Amino acid sequence: MKEILLIFRKDLLVEWRSKQIFPTMLIFSLLLLLIFNVAFEFRSDIDFHTISAVVWITFIFSGLLALGRSFSLEKENNAFSFLLLIPVSRSYIYLGKLLSNLVMVIVSEIFILPLFLLFFLFDAKGLSLMDTILPFLGVTVLGTIGFVSLGTFFSSMAVNTKLRDMMLPLLVFPLIIPVIITSVGVCSSILEGRPLGYYAFSLQILVCFDIIFVLLCSLLFEYLIEDSGD
Amino acid sequence: MKIAETDPFSFKEMRKALFFLTFALMVLGTWMTFFYAPTEVVMGHVQRIFYFHMGTVWAATVAFTVVFVASIYYLVKETAKWDTLAYCSAEIGMLLLTLTIITGSIWAKPVWGTWWTWDPQLTTTFILWVLYAVYLLLRSGAGGRGKKARYSAIFAIVAFVDLPVVYISARIKRGISPVVFGPGGGGIDPAMMQTLLVVLLGFTLLFILLLRERIRIMNMETALYTRGR
Repeated sequence: MKEILLIFRKDLLVEWRSKQIFPTMLIFSLLLLLIFNVAFEFRSDIDFHTISAVVWITFIFSGLLALGRSFSLEKENNAFSFLLLIPVSRSYIYLGKLLSNLVMVIVSEIFILPLFLLFFLFDAKGLSLMDTILPFLGVTVLGTIGFVSLGTFFSSMAVNTKLRDMMLPLLVFPLIIPVIITSVGVCSSILEGRPLGYYAFSLQILVCFDIIFVLLCSLLFEYLIEDSGD
Repeated sequence: MKIAETDPFSFKEMRKALFFLTFALMVLGTWMTFFYAPTEVVMGHVQRIFYFHMGTVWAATVAFTVVFVASIYYLVKETAKWDTLAYCSAEIGMLLLTLTIITGSIWAKPVWGTWWTWDPQLTTTFILWVLYAVYLLLRSGAGGRGKKARYSAIFAIVAFVDLPVVYISARIKRGISPVVFGPGGGGIDPAMMQTLLVVLLGFTLLFILLLRERIRIMNMETALYTRGR
């Protein structure tokens, strides 16, 4: 447990001092929002489902950008080999990485959300904190766990392939389809002000997805980074 | 070293028997599809493509399961044999699934009036196809043989676990999945059922035949490659 937190702390410290990934992610998200706005011709009559879709595409694209760096950073100066020297199960390394990636992605999402509300929902009448914003944030966290769990896992695979960063979205996108379907569905239901019962099933699937893939990835991580020469 | 010896399953007679049995069943299945099975009342003759559609999708599912099981075996045992099995099965599965999508589209156009719709089954099939494609891409871009085998095995396992979740989540939005025939579709003519069973069996054998041949070629390639060095 201690080791997970140590890796977590190390990653955040590296980011805090280098300030590489986080600003890039923020600007990238901003640009995506701008592109969506331009593509929709600055309309204000966009329905809630489209808005949720836009926000999730933004989250996932900018999130994967950060995840791609997560392990290529470790490749510099062969840092990863030293990480492997920690005398604990390899799944701890995965969980530590997952935790630091999660915090980074979620924090950037929290920065982006108000801007997104400003750009897309400028004529929405006073969103209630309890009924809309908090549930929305909750779903955002759940959905983020879903795609970051697989993203972190495959990031360590992608950096070792010939295609590198190009490989990551190919590996992750088809697998996170359930996250996209459920998160977008639940978010639009929340914006429409529907009761919990309306989207409870989607929420259950999302939670199941998170549990299944965090467990499966930490289990398989052992096999992923066997330190054979190739 | 003779190349043929590298194939542990290479029993000449068995190979021949499998070939003729597959051929006979495929011919019989085709004949039954066109002449034995009665014409469907509502859809007419176009429904006949469904037997082949079912045959390919069934074999593609078997192929995908083989990839999954072989991948687990590979991770545990780390013998190249299992990797070869997984890879060859994936290749054939991709081919079969492509045929499934094409036959499905041909059937859907006159019956549903569209080539494609985002029905849960179609969405899942499409994603399975993409997963196969990524699996094959990953293999071509992974690097050394050991890494290639390990990475693709891991991807196959994650993909196999993912697929049911994809299906369930795809059902949330559009639950219109039309049960055309089979369980839940009401009564089905016994002649249709017999035709379907023969076609399914034929495609299963075809898959096994193709798989064995592909493994044989793969082993020959490996043997030639190692000898060439």
